[in-house]
Amino acid sequence: MSTQTQEDLRFHRRVPVLWWIRKRSYFVFVMRELSSLFIAWLVLYLLLFVRSVGRGEQAYEDFLDWASSPWLVVLNVVAFAFVVLHTVTWFSLTPQAMVLAVRGRRVPPAAIIGAQYAGLVVVSAFILWLVTR
Amino acid sequence: MAGDEITLRVARYRPDKDREPGWQEYSVPLRDEWTVLDGLNHLKNEVDTTLAYRWSCRMGICGSCGMNVNGEPKLTCATFLSDYAPGPVKVEPLSNFPVIRDLVVDIDDFMTKLPRVSPWIIRDEEQSIDDGEYLQSPEELDAYKQFSMCINCMLCYAACPVYGLEPEFIGPAAIALAERYDLDSRDHGARERLDVLIEHEGVYGCTFVGECTRVCPKHVDPAAAIQRYKLKAAQESVKMFLLPRALRR
Amino acid sequence: MKFRVEPFLWLAFSGGGVMAAIFLPVLTFLFALAFPLGWIDPPDHDHIAAVVGHPITFLVLLGLFSMMLIHAAHRFRFTLYDGLQVKHRALVAAACYGGAVFGVFVALHMLGSAT
Repeated sequence: MSTQTQEDLRFHRRVPVLWWIRKRSYFVFVMRELSSLFIAWLVLYLLLFVRSVGRGEQAYEDFLDWASSPWLVVLNVVAFAFVVLHTVTWFSLTPQAMVLAVRGRRVPPAAIIGAQYAGLVVVSAFILWLVTR
Repeated sequence: MAGDEITLRVARYRPDKDREPGWQEYSVPLRDEWTVLDGLNHLKNEVDTTLAYRWSCRMGICGSCGMNVNGEPKLTCATFLSDYAPGPVKVEPLSNFPVIRDLVVDIDDFMTKLPRVSPWIIRDEEQSIDDGEYLQSPEELDAYKQFSMCINCMLCYAACPVYGLEPEFIGPAAIALAERYDLDSRDHGARERLDVLIEHEGVYGCTFVGECTRVCPKHVDPAAAIQRYKLKAAQESVKMFLLPRALRR
Repeated sequence: MKFRVEPFLWLAFSGGGVMAAIFLPVLTFLFALAFPLGWIDPPDHDHIAAVVGHPITFLVLLGLFSMMLIHAAHRFRFTLYDGLQVKHRALVAAACYGGAVFGVFVALHMLGSAT
């Protein structure tokens, strides 16, 4: 590039702050990234749940009542939707980030995605069994 | 479809006259076999000789005719007008690069970044010519072949929001090419490239939007190359700085 | 080889992402929706207290929640950089990871109180 005082005639375009609402794939990406806020909220929510259990039967009942209040249900439904978005996108992107080989042959992406869903089912079934048996 | 026409809305920027880019509309014949590039060539030859754009091979190999067509980075030689009928078709210079004139962008930034990842074969010891060529099995070729298909068309840079927001980011194609040489059985330069790519403006600035892979006309999958590099850099870092010396390979 | 903190942060982010993807759907569904809304009868207090109070549950939950918090902090840091174009990068990073570390202490305290 020249170091003379010659003015820069190139036109520099700026990225608008809301660049991610212009294209569907960008929007889905930013929603995927925003799942982080809801994951942090759910960790806090589950911690409050555990604390109420530790404080005795009355506190536990009170917590379940509080958790069924309308604004909290709305928040948790939205949070659940974001968690599902996180899970689906995370599983589908894993084969791109990881190359697994078994006996010198590359494991096909569909198998990696399938194995993750299998793990999800096993873990979910175990937790359901553990807390409701 | 003989006799039909389609409107091209072309971004114009004349640095000596314009303060910012504007639009100019042209009508071009709509023929089944015509690409957007054919439309532009028709304009240049028959209608408006002042229109500036880059092109060369017309067959998806040279990588010079990349433009944003209706907002999507495309090789204009492989993008058919009929897919956009009835139009209009918006033709703009690739995003994220400074515009020099009309549809021509300044690619100096990419040209200075590319050699930083040493996209060539690095040997610890050069074999003498008398020993013959470096042999490679079909499996060893397959290991990197996909990443060697890159034609430096820079559609991935135009699609990458991180590059648009963080111009220091080294970018998808450069990292895919680093991966191409890392995976080459003849190459010994992995450590050298890792030292460049382990920086924030190397692989870790990437947030895995995945658009680079979606727009790549050669199915190189730069997003995969970047994520694998992150994993590789993390594994090496753990090995170097967390494991006791005896366990390091 | 150069030492950089970014690879370790990314590794923690990825680990937390896997944990969140596998554990959070069922935990959210049960404890945030199905039990409070009565879709499934909530477990009685004695049983859930026994599960939550077990030392293995304590360790598992502490590990899971810590990883998920670092995951969330790391991801939100980049959302602020790119989604909102916040320019004070060091400040954003300090706030995000600082928040996660604070969260880990809160988790330790709250989980400990139930054991």
